[in-house]
Amino acid sequence: MTPHTSEHIDSVKTYALVLLALLGLTVLTTLVAFVDLGDFSVVVALVIAVTKMLLVALFFMHVRYSTKLTRLVILGGLMWLAILLLLTLSDFFTRNWIGVPGK
Amino acid sequence: MASEADLKLHGEHGESLALREQFDTAHQQKDASTLGMWVFLITEVMFFGGMFAAYTIYRATYPTVFAIASTSLNVTVGAINTCVLLLSSFTMVMAVRAGQLGNRKLIVIFLILTLLFGITFLGVKAYEWTEKYNEHHMPGQVAFHLEGTPLQGPAKLFFSLYFAMTGLHALHMVVGVGILTWLIFETRKGQYSAEYFTPIDISGLYWHFVDVIWIFLFPLLYLIDRHLPK
Repeated sequence: MTPHTSEHIDSVKTYALVLLALLGLTVLTTLVAFVDLGDFSVVVALVIAVTKMLLVALFFMHVRYSTKLTRLVILGGLMWLAILLLLTLSDFFTRNWIGVPGK
Repeated sequence: MASEADLKLHGEHGESLALREQFDTAHQQKDASTLGMWVFLITEVMFFGGMFAAYTIYRATYPTVFAIASTSLNVTVGAINTCVLLLSSFTMVMAVRAGQLGNRKLIVIFLILTLLFGITFLGVKAYEWTEKYNEHHMPGQVAFHLEGTPLQGPAKLFFSLYFAMTGLHALHMVVGVGILTWLIFETRKGQYSAEYFTPIDISGLYWHFVDVIWIFLFPLLYLIDRHLPK
């Protein structure tokens, strides 16, 4: 029973370090939430969340080793998510910028 | 001398679980499975994306009520539960690693650990929901009341979004718990080896995806208004 030749097997140490980073970032995001950063609180929280997402995707979900096609599909999916969020929010937040005739 | 497990793995006509006849190589089959799972996960991203968009819009519309409601959530319990879920992702990836090594005993051990962490997460979630119920913060309760604001409608809106988002996340966890239980039985039957453990790999992707959703839910629901003066 030889392992598949094309499988990339990460070391336990790599996964343990990723876990430690994820737990550390969770503690960090919780503590920094109580510091008054004004509007930047949301930015900091989201930057930390995106960092955690990248760690999970690249290491735990093996995106580092995935095929170009899979990566393209993932990026395509994120692009659709960006369209969903950006177009919805840009519509919503700009509705009262110019008056609507007859309103 | 083929054992029963070997027969299942390699079949009677040269076809095996690792290499179905429509694929050229086992590697190609594995890539196709991974790609298929990612396509499914992207539909899930869009599904949750709509709720994140709704949350953002209503939070921007009623910032003060949402801040009061958000800070009423139990941040310590939320943070601990986040750690529990991250631990379960670690044990899940260790189960996949055990699959790569073909070590069935380790697969079972790590799948059981993942299952236990997953159930712990759900238990803590149930505790939090009960707390919300007792505080009359559950929309639909006749006695619904959020202290500190006259705007009870938008307060209900926050808790509706809270229960919808954490509820759907928990539903995904329940499905995940079912999948893990099935994987444990299949592994014990000797279905998986270093040549073929795709179901464990693919379920791992699902489990990590559910983890990623929570990674965004936790700061957005519990954290981002904590700094505001009370």
